[in-house]
Amino acid sequence: MADTKVEQMSVNVVKEPSMMTGAIPRKDWMDTPVTFKPGNYCYPAKKSIVEYLSKGLPGLFGEPREWKVEDDDWQLPENWVEIILQGMRERLDKFRSFKVFMDICVRCGACSDKCHFFLGTGDPKNMPVLRAELLRSVYRGNFTKAGKILGSIANGREMTFEVLKEWFMYFYQCTECRRCSVFCPYGIDTAEITAMARELLHLVGVGTNWILEPAANSNRTGNHLGLQPHTFKQNAEFLLDDIEEVTGVKLNSLSFNRKGAEVLFVIPSADVFAEPGIFTFMGYLLLFDHVGLDYTISTYSSEGGNFGSFTNNELMKKLNGKMYAEAERLGVKWILGGECGHMWRVVHQYMETMNGPPDNLEVPRSPITGTVFENAAAAKMVHISEFTADLIKHNKLKIDKSRNDHRVVTFHDSCNPARGMGMLEEPRYILQNVCNNLYEMPENTIREKTFCCGSGTGLNTGEIMDLRMRGGLPRANAVKHVEDKHGVNMLSCICAIDRATLLALMEYWNPNVGVCGISELVGNALIMDGEKERDQDLRFEELLGAGETGDAENNEEGA
Amino acid sequence: MKHAILAVIVLIGVAWLGSLVGLDPVFGMVFPYVALAIFLGGFTYRILNWAKSPVPFRIPTTSGQGKSLDWVKQDKLDCPATFWQTVGRMLLEVFAFRSLFKNTKAEIHDGPKLVYGSSKWLWLFGLAFHYTFLIIVLRHLRLFLNPVPGIIGQIEFFDGLFQVGVPVLYQTDIIFVGAVTYLFLRRVLIPQVKYISFAADYFPLFLIFGIAVTGILMRYIFRVDVVSIKQLTMGLATFSPSIPANIGSIFYIHLFLVCVLLAYFPFSKLMHLGGVFLSPTRNLANNNRMVRHVNPWNDPSIKPHSYADYEDEFRQFMADADIPLEKELPPEPEPEPEPAAEETEKPAADAAAETPAEKE
Repeated sequence: MADTKVEQMSVNVVKEPSMMTGAIPRKDWMDTPVTFKPGNYCYPAKKSIVEYLSKGLPGLFGEPREWKVEDDDWQLPENWVEIILQGMRERLDKFRSFKVFMDICVRCGACSDKCHFFLGTGDPKNMPVLRAELLRSVYRGNFTKAGKILGSIANGREMTFEVLKEWFMYFYQCTECRRCSVFCPYGIDTAEITAMARELLHLVGVGTNWILEPAANSNRTGNHLGLQPHTFKQNAEFLLDDIEEVTGVKLNSLSFNRKGAEVLFVIPSADVFAEPGIFTFMGYLLLFDHVGLDYTISTYSSEGGNFGSFTNNELMKKLNGKMYAEAERLGVKWILGGECGHMWRVVHQYMETMNGPPDNLEVPRSPITGTVFENAAAAKMVHISEFTADLIKHNKLKIDKSRNDHRVVTFHDSCNPARGMGMLEEPRYILQNVCNNLYEMPENTIREKTFCCGSGTGLNTGEIMDLRMRGGLPRANAVKHVEDKHGVNMLSCICAIDRATLLALMEYWNPNVGVCGISELVGNALIMDGEKERDQDLRFEELLGAGETGDAENNEEGA
Repeated sequence: MKHAILAVIVLIGVAWLGSLVGLDPVFGMVFPYVALAIFLGGFTYRILNWAKSPVPFRIPTTSGQGKSLDWVKQDKLDCPATFWQTVGRMLLEVFAFRSLFKNTKAEIHDGPKLVYGSSKWLWLFGLAFHYTFLIIVLRHLRLFLNPVPGIIGQIEFFDGLFQVGVPVLYQTDIIFVGAVTYLFLRRVLIPQVKYISFAADYFPLFLIFGIAVTGILMRYIFRVDVVSIKQLTMGLATFSPSIPANIGSIFYIHLFLVCVLLAYFPFSKLMHLGGVFLSPTRNLANNNRMVRHVNPWNDPSIKPHSYADYEDEFRQFMADADIPLEKELPPEPEPEPEPAAEETEKPAADAAAETPAEKE
């Protein structure tokens, strides 16, 4: 939990001198150095982890070593400035987005108060425009004529250790959520800039353990938790017992690494491991059994989430490559993906380009409805919400909405499906069909304007809890609004990182609101063949009207 | 800001002195050609330089419902899926500043309570600035074309529709100066914007303000000899430049500032004019899963940790857990299978309990 008590934090964010509360720093931002102290930075990657990753992708993660963020010496390579500048040069030549975004910002400031980290901290360097300037100033100082000749008059900067520290601080206070890019008149996307900065930081061996260790785990064991195949399988099968207890139905359709299945189902691995993701997983399994889908889950490609995407495009590609490789090995026709945010950013915007074309797969076609998913004709991978929405539309599900009556639900658009996919309606359509009490948060906080959970891109680590609670404040505040107005007690989402981080965020800001994936609500509502009379939901909580009727108030605790 | 205002004052002084000491030919003939050459050459260079870098990934910022199932209504302009829908999005972006129109202003109140209010002033004045600038440039074509096309006369007519004053007052002049003033004032009065502003943000504003003011002075106050000026500008346009007498210093100041703006343009943030067309978050269709997008530098040598290596490492466990195998276990189970590739080394402690997600 966060170091600062919520009562104190509630006052701090409104009263402390910050740019959000009207205080303006006297010093120019370029002259304001960063100070690392416990709680405001993520721990560096362990030596063994960097060594491991460097074997697969030499040169991209710097020199493996033990180092401390608060030290004055990060044991950088002697020529680290050169490495950074050379890295910038290469990336300017490889990414038009990077080059154009370095050049065309007019500093109009439209982005400034769009960032959840700025809203929660009031730190000027969390304004997307200044975040980008941290990098842009070095670009100007080294890659533009005016900057090279005029130096600081043209607002160019040299690459110094102070600048490097600034990068490490503020490019790890950006979750690449792209909210600022919706409002930018030129579409400048801070996610691109942060991604570039993180690539550069990794080049000189500056990375965080919370990102690199899960990435290493994903590479080796298939999933970021490091679950080995047998453990992964056991965890998943254990949930079958829970399903049986709740529904009275024993599911037989779950299989692992089964060749010849029609569909490979890839999930964020937290869904077999931690609450409330496991309830989402139970929802998936009930759904597939309900419609008789011929599917299998792979232990080798058991992680949809891509921690590589928080480091560099090479590791992103390497980790993602397992999906097509496994689909081909198992001989499936197409791939179905679970509820996960950045997994879907990668799948939707990068996968086919990086690791395609998947020549052995077929254009996805729902075996139940016959619907051909033309929107996935090339990548051959379908989102579970698209799949489910199509089933509902074709009346293929037997649903008892009232089984979610103990939930007053709102929907959090996860950043990546919203702004990196354009998936806004499918989850809403599903929710409208599986629960009776659904309320939207205010319009400036949902859909393409949705607020990040505050802990994406590998920031959901315990050592920066205060920061996360600040970054998540805009989201939590919008939830609070519908909690007060409509009695909302369940925050639904389609992202595994959300399911982990919103849980902590709600516990902190809105302790009466639980968190769930929408497939959990689907699972609750599905009327399974041969089921017993359902009086509990997938969390073993009493349904409204079951047992001692009407006792819903006690059911809010969530997991 | 001081540097920027000083720079414009110096520029004005240079032009004024120049015209006083008889450098009219330099300011009236040499600089315009040089400035135009720098502008055209520089602009082209910048565009080509941007275009030289590939677009490895298709990364539109989706700002509405994407194309998916047939019955899900797609937001074609905010989340285009085809070329023409993307053209639509770009037209709205370029001609109506659609993204800026979405602007909000956030405030934090006791509670804490965050509220987001509508904030359209920047959009309104930004739009006013750009459109009046465009109309003013079009009006100036009168000086470079003979005969003057009818459309320019019509523009002038509508611009002076209210028939105020002699010569007729153009509304665009007023709106333009007002918009530039707004853009300047918000930079100094809104603390957040002031904090992020550089000299490079003030300089073009002062420069453009200087151009507007000298232009207005010429038309309404000093009443320069328009016939002589047209003689000069037509000379420039027909590549037979000449310097008529009787053109006041004010004209040369105006012209020089325009030359500076042209020459400065390609090396400054003003290049957003060209850059907006090349912005990959706006000018690409959101059809990533539908149509293959090729990355020219995609590295096929980057391969996933192979299934074979994975199975080699975990075969025994997999067999025990009844997970299907590609290769069966050797007849006599060996405790440690030989590592088959360089990557089989364990990255970290095995126990899942030690992995970061557990910390949640």
